[in-house]
Amino acid sequence: MARNVTTQRKIITTAAAWTIGLIIFFPIYWTILTSFKTEAQAINDPPLFFAFNWTLENYAIVQERSDYMKFLWNSVVIAGGSTILGTLIAIPAAWSMAFVPSVRTKDILLWMLSTKMLPAVGVLYPISLVFVQFNLLDTRGGLMVVLMLINLPIIVWMLYSYFKEIPGEILEAARMDGATLKEEILYVLTPMAIPGIASTLLLNFILAWNEAFWTLNLTATNAAPLTAFIASYSSPEGLFFAKLSAASTMAIAPILILGWLSQKQLVRGLTFGAVK
Amino acid sequence: MATKASRSAARTMMTPAVILLLGWMLVPLIMTLWFSFTKYLPLRGDSIQRGLEWVGFANYSRFLSSSAFWPSVQTTLIMVGGVLLITVVLGVLLAMLLDQPMWGQGVVRILIIAPFFVMPTVSALVWKNMMMDPVNGIFAHLWRFFGAEPVAWLQDASLSSVVTIVSWQWLPFATLILLTAIQSLDSEQLEAAEMDGALVIKRFWFIVLPHLARAITIVILIQTIFLLSIFAEIFVTTGGAFGTRTLTYLIFQRVIDSQNIGLGSAGGVYAIILANIVAIFLMRIVGKNLDA
Repeated sequence: MARNVTTQRKIITTAAAWTIGLIIFFPIYWTILTSFKTEAQAINDPPLFFAFNWTLENYAIVQERSDYMKFLWNSVVIAGGSTILGTLIAIPAAWSMAFVPSVRTKDILLWMLSTKMLPAVGVLYPISLVFVQFNLLDTRGGLMVVLMLINLPIIVWMLYSYFKEIPGEILEAARMDGATLKEEILYVLTPMAIPGIASTLLLNFILAWNEAFWTLNLTATNAAPLTAFIASYSSPEGLFFAKLSAASTMAIAPILILGWLSQKQLVRGLTFGAVK
Repeated sequence: MATKASRSAARTMMTPAVILLLGWMLVPLIMTLWFSFTKYLPLRGDSIQRGLEWVGFANYSRFLSSSAFWPSVQTTLIMVGGVLLITVVLGVLLAMLLDQPMWGQGVVRILIIAPFFVMPTVSALVWKNMMMDPVNGIFAHLWRFFGAEPVAWLQDASLSSVVTIVSWQWLPFATLILLTAIQSLDSEQLEAAEMDGALVIKRFWFIVLPHLARAITIVILIQTIFLLSIFAEIFVTTGGAFGTRTLTYLIFQRVIDSQNIGLGSAGGVYAIILANIVAIFLMRIVGKNLDA
């Protein structure tokens, strides 16, 4: 029996939910709106919501001043590289744990997760020493490896929870039909695993994109991604609200879109499969 | 059926991930432990090549007895506790609201989840300038509109301001997880209670909340782990000034600003111990789930 909901109650719920949603979203909305104003309009009192001349000049200024494209490219390479690298290493591990579990599988999974709990600040200096030693400071490769290692436990966990849902009977059936291990992996498992692998890639790309401890501390100019690009706006300088807004919008726009696409997988990924 | 051959193949497939994580965990950990027992001031010429002077537990006791330590612990507790309280309470309420039938639920979900995807440096800067700036921020406009004197949020109410910013970032996470949990609640149970005349508050207390207990625990544990190492939000807004210096930030300052590696490493070991205590509880819960 479906619950009987009066129209009146539905209207109230809708109004309340939309109000709260808009309040929570407001800082982002306001930033995007301000990015299209001139600096004078950006600090107008009272604040301008509609009646202003839309302009793109801030985007041009930001690009010219700090070469947004270079930071964007660094973010794409670092986040993308670390995610792909991590997934390539995690797929065989998650695969074997899901399909050939041993008595120690559970312990290994939990131990992997526990490396995630190591507070970054506690090991900042050793890592930077290692970076200096191997000439990795301010390189995309070095950062890629660090972010890969940070997210590796989550990648393994996510893949493991997806692989576990593939029914073992299908594998047995394939084996009975005479499939070799290679055929089994290529033609039976891979097609079923692709959705899980795709959402793992997506979520970890987002996590790597937004990582802001190692990216701030291990880069200077060459390998600095968007997190560092934005941090360079942290000291106020005359009129800079519109420019700050444009820079912020450019830094978050790509990931907001990906994030909205991945929200269904988010819960299960970030709770390591404990909430589905 | 796992054969002997497939077992050894499985072990081979696991090896790269295990070795990498083992190295990632052990190498820096051992170095931090080592440094924490030495006098290590790179600016005064100390270096590994020249050999570090062993000082026993001096760094540990100095870190504990420094005047900045207890305030930083207090700040950490207030920040983590405040954010947890706000996100869990509001998260439960929001999740229950979003679970009701309404128009445009998908869009509202998208609006609410958005802050989680904003990178920490951006959300900190946007809040610092666009919202909390004492002259041109939205709050200043609002305050003036109601005839009040605008507040210099990040100076006069710095800790609660940072708590607000961080809560804004984590509320979507809590809401989304709690909403997922609520949606798995058996609605017939609620209806039965409703027909028996149980009040809203009773239905919440005896049916909804117990059902959410597990999800709430998970939200608290996962957030605690991330919140203990909050960095960018403080780095960008106050730089640790005005009573916003957490344990993490204090260690960061010891290592990077004052270049006292020994002292900072001792602090780091304390932080690692603290994080592990939280982690053990999380592991228990996640581990239980593995058997199911």
